[in-house]
Amino acid sequence: MAENTPLVEMRNIYKSFGGVHAVEDVTIDLFAGEVVGLVGHNGAGKSTLIKMLSGAYTADSGKIFIDGREVTINNPRDARKYGIETIYQTLALADNLDAPANIFLGRELMRSGYLLNDDAMEAASREVLDRLRLNLPSVKEKVVNLSGGQRQAVAIGRAIYFNAKILIMDEPTAALGPEETAQVGELIHQLKKEGLGIFLISHDLHDVFDLSDRVSVLKNGALVGTVHTADVTKDDVLAMIIAGKLPEVATTPKSAQA
Amino acid sequence: MSTKPAEAQVQGESIFQRIVSLLELDVRQLAMVGALVLIWIGFDIVTDGIFLSPRNLWNLSVQMSVVGVMATGMVLVIVARHIDLSVGSLMGFAAIIMAVLQVQVFPIGASWNWWVTLLIGLAVGALIGALHGFIIAYLEVPAFIVTLGGLLAWRGANWLTTTGRTISPLDVNFQMIGGGIDGAIGATASWVVGVIAVVLIVFANLSARQRRQKYGFNVKPWWAELLILALTAAVILYAISYLNQYYRPRTEIPRGIALPVLILLAVTVFMAALVRYTKFGRYVFAMGGNPEAARLSGVNTRRVTLQIFVIMGVLCAIAGAISSARLNAGANSLGTLKELEVIAAAVIGGTSLAGGMGTISGAILGTVLISSLASGMVLIGWSTSLQQVVQGIVLVLAVWLDVFYQKRRVD
Ligand SMILES: Nc1ncnc2c1ncn2[C@@H]1O[C@H](COP(=O)(O)OP(=O)(O)O)[C@@H](O)[C@H]1O
Ligand SMILES: [Mg+2]
Repeated sequence: MAENTPLVEMRNIYKSFGGVHAVEDVTIDLFAGEVVGLVGHNGAGKSTLIKMLSGAYTADSGKIFIDGREVTINNPRDARKYGIETIYQTLALADNLDAPANIFLGRELMRSGYLLNDDAMEAASREVLDRLRLNLPSVKEKVVNLSGGQRQAVAIGRAIYFNAKILIMDEPTAALGPEETAQVGELIHQLKKEGLGIFLISHDLHDVFDLSDRVSVLKNGALVGTVHTADVTKDDVLAMIIAGKLPEVATTPKSAQA
Repeated sequence: MSTKPAEAQVQGESIFQRIVSLLELDVRQLAMVGALVLIWIGFDIVTDGIFLSPRNLWNLSVQMSVVGVMATGMVLVIVARHIDLSVGSLMGFAAIIMAVLQVQVFPIGASWNWWVTLLIGLAVGALIGALHGFIIAYLEVPAFIVTLGGLLAWRGANWLTTTGRTISPLDVNFQMIGGGIDGAIGATASWVVGVIAVVLIVFANLSARQRRQKYGFNVKPWWAELLILALTAAVILYAISYLNQYYRPRTEIPRGIALPVLILLAVTVFMAALVRYTKFGRYVFAMGGNPEAARLSGVNTRRVTLQIFVIMGVLCAIAGAISSARLNAGANSLGTLKELEVIAAAVIGGTSLAGGMGTISGAILGTVLISSLASGMVLIGWSTSLQQVVQGIVLVLAVWLDVFYQKRRVD
């Protein structure tokens, strides 16, 4: 796998807010059909790092490569152009709108140029939610009336309808119960099989260890290291998160030398 | 995170709820129509039948058009989590600009005078709205402050324009916009308008039904569809026949629908379509529901905010034109305190101050309600001060009902 060009490579990324160095010289990468876990304490800089990939923030310095080509991502629109879709920690849904309106927000289907095609959006939403095996009593229900798992499925539906190549999931199960968490886990397996590259972010290692092929550990805005989950134990990674040191066994300094 | 299975709502439905959901009616608006009917009947009894006379209802329709036009815009403003306190001053300023151009700058007799000044007035409204919107969206000054500044500044600018003098009389064609003696379209044209409205409504509903069937969605049963269409048509046509019983002075010639009312109808249809069928409308509501989500979905929230205030500015100018045409003068006090009526109409009509919720039809209902209260209290002979007390109470009551209703829905 390491021989191929990575789907995404973020190289030497910096970002600070005022005096706070939220992300410092971080380099990570992601291949197609792979899940990379991004772990670290609260405030380690995980969200900030991926927001620079999803276009919510722009990096102070550093480079981003998609399929080996350097790109500039200034806003969410740019990110979507490269097939990057994001599912945010705080469910980024408009609660007062229904599932189709949320799935198509910013990319509405139109009929005759200026008019929304609500029927087409409703039909497509049903298809996509069926694919996620989500049975809503009515798709026209405002999402505020849906459960946390249903809402997460709507957010994921939004990503996959538009054929994402790269999926960023920022604490996708933080707001969910155990059963719903398992559902999202299944979804991740399925999407991975379909060849998507997935960044999976959590401050809770137990959530991501089993789902990830590799984990990158952040601490205080800096990258501690990246390890293959097959080569290490959870405790090794836990030590990385807490002590900020690489375990001796694991020697996959995944930082890109290109 | 509250987890609420939607099936819970299905169980324990009453027959009334079933009918309402089959007909796809809005319970809240039904309740408002109910309140309105009670108020109308109450005033009619107290005034010995004067309140519901064709004459009074015709006047009511004209009086409400100024506030109604602006209330449709206020819905967008409030839904997007902003507020506009400057609408009264802005309409006054647009009106004085139109009056000065019409009377002092352009030749007063010229046939093109009225529409050129009207267009310039609308452009002034759009520009000022754009200025407000720019400061709010791009300089990130809260709308409350920007429009509070606007409330003072445009009233002052109005005074400075003519050093407080009233500009009168206005162009005779322009006066028609206000619904004066010649400012109505007569009986025949009113019927034509009514029939066109009915045909359009039937066509829109049936074609929407067809589109839904094409996708294999559930549609209302035929009887429900036809019942609603028949009721709507009956109400429209009856209203026209009733208003047509109000005659021009000392004749038996019906006045017909007043021009300002026709303008209000056009504005309402336009704004409702904007909300329901365009990306812009969808984005306004998405921003109101979750501004961050809208932004992350690629919605240019700043531009949408700017556009909202441009629309609000144009609607203020339309209201200013109607108001000054009706008064046959551009005056310094024009539009004073109108911001309160406009906000009240939108809020009473179900626009939530928390943002994300509101309807154009609700704002029109709200306008009818507060205009009815005002008109009824005048007929009874209550003093202006007492009217203000009542209007204040009604506003607070309406918002309390809204809060109460929201809570019950969430629990
Ligand atoms: N918009 C912001 N403004 C100021 N500081 C921020 C902002 N976003 C994040 N930070 C700071 O950056 C650091 C990293 O935060 P974040 O990326 O959210 O961490 P994580 O997602 O790993 O919990 C924290 O110290 C946080 O307070
Ligand atoms: Mg985070």
